[in-house]
Amino acid sequence: MTDQIVVARLYKTMLLIRQLELRIAEIYHTDAIKSPVHLSVGQESIAVGVCDPLEKDDIVSNTYRCHATYIAKGGDLFGMMAELYGKSTGCAGGKAGSMHLVDIKNGVMGASAVVGTTIPVATGYALAMQNEAKMTGRQRVVVALCGDGGTEEGCFYESINFAALRKLPIIFICENNRLAIHTPLEKRWATNQLCERMSTFGIQTHKIDDADVFKIRDTMINALAEIRHGTSGPIFIECATYRWLEHVGPLDDHYDDYRDKNTYQLWQDNDQISRLARMLDDQVRMEIEKEVTLTIAQIEKYAEESPYPAAEELYTHVYAS
Amino acid sequence: MFTQAEEIKAHAGPQKTGTRLIRYVDALREAFEEEMARDPKVFLFGLDVDDHKGIQGSTVGLQEKFGKDRVFCTPLSEDAMTGVAIGAAIAGYRPIHVHIRMDFMLLCMNQLVNMAAKSHYMYNGQVKVPLVVRTMIGRSWGQGGQHSQALHSMFMHVPGLKVVAPANAHDAKGCMIAAIRDNNPVIFIEHRLLYSTEGYVPTQPYAVPLGKARILTEGSDITIVAVSHMVMEALRAKKHLEAIDIQAEVIDPVTLWPLDMDTIMASVKKTGRLLMIDNAWLTCGASSEILTRAMEICQEEAISMPALARMGFAPTTCPTTRPLENLFYPDGRTIAVKAYQMIKGKQAKGWEPPVSAKTEIDAFKGPF
Ligand SMILES: Cc1ncc(C[n+]2csc(CCOP(=O)(O)OP(=O)(O)O)c2C)c(N)n1
Repeated sequence: MTDQIVVARLYKTMLLIRQLELRIAEIYHTDAIKSPVHLSVGQESIAVGVCDPLEKDDIVSNTYRCHATYIAKGGDLFGMMAELYGKSTGCAGGKAGSMHLVDIKNGVMGASAVVGTTIPVATGYALAMQNEAKMTGRQRVVVALCGDGGTEEGCFYESINFAALRKLPIIFICENNRLAIHTPLEKRWATNQLCERMSTFGIQTHKIDDADVFKIRDTMINALAEIRHGTSGPIFIECATYRWLEHVGPLDDHYDDYRDKNTYQLWQDNDQISRLARMLDDQVRMEIEKEVTLTIAQIEKYAEESPYPAAEELYTHVYAS
Repeated sequence: MFTQAEEIKAHAGPQKTGTRLIRYVDALREAFEEEMARDPKVFLFGLDVDDHKGIQGSTVGLQEKFGKDRVFCTPLSEDAMTGVAIGAAIAGYRPIHVHIRMDFMLLCMNQLVNMAAKSHYMYNGQVKVPLVVRTMIGRSWGQGGQHSQALHSMFMHVPGLKVVAPANAHDAKGCMIAAIRDNNPVIFIEHRLLYSTEGYVPTQPYAVPLGKARILTEGSDITIVAVSHMVMEALRAKKHLEAIDIQAEVIDPVTLWPLDMDTIMASVKKTGRLLMIDNAWLTCGASSEILTRAMEICQEEAISMPALARMGFAPTTCPTTRPLENLFYPDGRTIAVKAYQMIKGKQAKGWEPPVSAKTEIDAFKGPF
């Protein structure tokens, strides 16, 4: 029997991500959010399974599809929503928008909208963490997430080779939703043996093909323990998943007919949020749902009421002082 | 779709026979279709070119018509795919490689600068690289730091590359046809906000010669040279100025390299004033080049120096939030005020052009 406290915690974070993103989709037409939004609806179990066992000062690096990992890592929710609204109270003062969420205090490294670009940057952060640990005796870990498309960029292989060579404290996660915008994997990969490819670098690999949040979390717990104890260098984890909504924007685009509705149905039947809901007793579940609804209302109000940045903000932070 | 009849008239001239009003993006598509039908060596590839959205519609239907050997998508491997395009070009084909943002071309720089630009010269003419690289400048709806960059000056800097940035539907089709037929690597710069603008475009294939600027409106008081989407803003400025009896001559260089300084200088000699509006940052940019060339030419020809000024992006990363983004770009009103001050003197204050009607910038809604 899985620990009910863990189930409740995972449920709460996953539900928060799901409900907040669905709320973003719902209000998108009002133009309050003038930012391209890449929603993770359907993919939440990866962000939460991966981030739940991390320490606050561990680091995640992610892509433009960054809301889920930002939330799961403990990124400030008020700052996130205000950022989407382009407000001065946003996590980047309104300069970043949805695609570049950042919260260094909580270990969210700053997302990039150029596919693949954060993978080597995360690797560099891990290099620094390896050196830091020699002084502090405590090994912080970096988690670098990318999509299946991200693995096609040269810098992905170059980074993993370097990380393996230097035994860096980094976990590479591929969120494999089999789509790059609308283009399926079959049109982009000669073979789909990604883990096998990675293992030739001499690193541990894991493939989780059902998005099971407990499997993802357990794999992470073991991986983190090995890396912290110095018994393993980089570890690669491939997680299969399915994107429920369009690549960018608020809509369900299954009507566009570029993907199979039966597959969608299978993934909906396998929805990890519904699964966790069923594992909780009603009282606890309803408490959580109420709390999530309240949180969303609060951060939305905060974002609405916050001011836009003043004109002089255009010129702040061009250079560091 | 929006149609601003006034601007289109200024933009594309009056309707000529054998033309019809179509969008910039459809004009591009027509160019691909006609050139691919004409020359079996032309092929088009890149991320997403064969999906149902077809690069904002510019490649829709091409795979059905020309097959998967000539129209195909690729993995996300811009660096290698650029090399692939260069190799095929050296082997005698005419690839068109597509990027949905100019920002992503930074992944292609090694191949473009070290191979595409160099090969013909370095191998003493033994090889040619007839390559077109299509790319799009993004703007608005929170495109932000990594989806809005306009890096044309980086390409202008490198001998061996041609750089073209058509600002209307007519030139989009004609320049694309010229670029495909050219035996050099051509960086073909489009703009997201130009795609839905309409212009009169001939039904027949035609080439707009590369290296020739276009005078869009004649005027005797000031020469305004504007690049890509800024041409639309310059035309708005021209209208503001007209209302107070100032006649601006608006010139679109169309091709940024090689640059047609003759057309620009003929105008400057007439007006004595040159205001350059780049759709990019100013430092080491197209504006630096054009103003420097203007000064050099005046010196060489011993003619009096014109009044010179330039405007472009604020010297910052592009912020996503709308109020800051509005300050980041010049617009019809700020351009008009600058022109007014160049004519009346800096201290001339008190003139504020009226707020423009809804533009393509307001009309553009994401998500991308
Ligand atoms: C270098 C680069 N090339 C192309 C793009 C355009 N683009 C944005 S997202 C995307 C697909 C990426 O797919 P994947 O890595 O699988 O991530 P997902 O969107 O599925 O989360 C593409 C091609 C980009 N942003 N950066």
